[in-house]
Amino acid sequence: MPEPIRVGMSEIVVARAPRVLFTLGLGSCIAICVYDFFLKTGGMAHIMLPDSSLSSANTLTNRGKFADTAIPDLISSLQKEGAMKERMVVKIAGGSQMFNFNGLNSQVQIGARNIAAVEKIMAELGLKIVSRNVGGHVGRSVYMDLETGNVTIKMLNSPDVIL
Amino acid sequence: MIENLTPIQLDAIREVGNIGAAHAATVLSQLLNKRVSMTVPQVNILPLTEACDYVGGPEQPMVGVYLRIFGGAPSKMLYLFPEEKALWVAGLLINDPEKCSNLLGEMEISALKEIGNILTGAYVYAFSNFTGINMISSVPALAFDMVGAILSTILADLGEMGDFAVLIETQLTACDESVDGHFFLVPDPGSLATILEALGVKEGCQNQSGSECPK
Repeated sequence: MPEPIRVGMSEIVVARAPRVLFTLGLGSCIAICVYDFFLKTGGMAHIMLPDSSLSSANTLTNRGKFADTAIPDLISSLQKEGAMKERMVVKIAGGSQMFNFNGLNSQVQIGARNIAAVEKIMAELGLKIVSRNVGGHVGRSVYMDLETGNVTIKMLNSPDVIL
Repeated sequence: MIENLTPIQLDAIREVGNIGAAHAATVLSQLLNKRVSMTVPQVNILPLTEACDYVGGPEQPMVGVYLRIFGGAPSKMLYLFPEEKALWVAGLLINDPEKCSNLLGEMEISALKEIGNILTGAYVYAFSNFTGINMISSVPALAFDMVGAILSTILADLGEMGDFAVLIETQLTACDESVDGHFFLVPDPGSLATILEALGVKEGCQNQSGSECPK
């Protein structure tokens, strides 16, 4: 069994079965899992922020950080491996709001903004998000099995969820 | 500019962190009626991509109390306690250790938030007295979850400005190890310059003509 590959914050990793891709301790970040069931090839992107245009220009060195740059990069890396858009299955997890300020500071809710951005970009690319485990107030660890395409979400105080 | 802090600037930031944390430690000691020791603050320049792994592994369950600081130098303040220490502290404050089971109930959450509030008050008061920068703290918010999720969420918005966060970190420990917490002050990107200016060490990043040198 090959070593599982950890996808760090603002990283994009593409691999094939029988590998497992995983990322730990997602808060407001989102793990975007895209899988081609025919090739058993998939990729995971771990984004931090919704929109690269809001950032100061010199930070754009890291395209994996933003939803609007990371998602197209993830899709094109998969296509380089031979994956076809028509066969791609998209699953997302994360985007929670870890701290609740009793309704105050809505602009701080990066989680919700991340979810909205990912949904919008996927729609623009013509990709459907088949399943998701997003929002709420929980931290998540995400494991993507490239043999089956199953995405398992582990949380601290609730049972595992399989997407 | 974060990456180019000079040793003198780091020292100056460490010193204000020291003063703030010392006040917070005194208050915590009075609150718990125990001797509390603190480490010399560390000023860490942390790549945001490593935020998840910063305190004892990303999936470590911890209680985080988070406050925003407004005013002259907007910042974030975060307290992290391991779960059992947090429950112990809460039990002490509620003064009913029996009732305070191993569950983080509403009372315990409220008690821990209040501790965060009081400690931040002490920290910010000392900080703003020393620097002359006006600072006010928000109401506290609490999360009990994987520490990676807590830290990455708090630091995420710094990603809009750059790839690094400056963390002024102190560790407080009671002599009988009943308390063991990490305290972080994270200045917003623009605030660092304000703090350095107030401390009189901004010239570390100035050339002869007095204008700011390029980043």
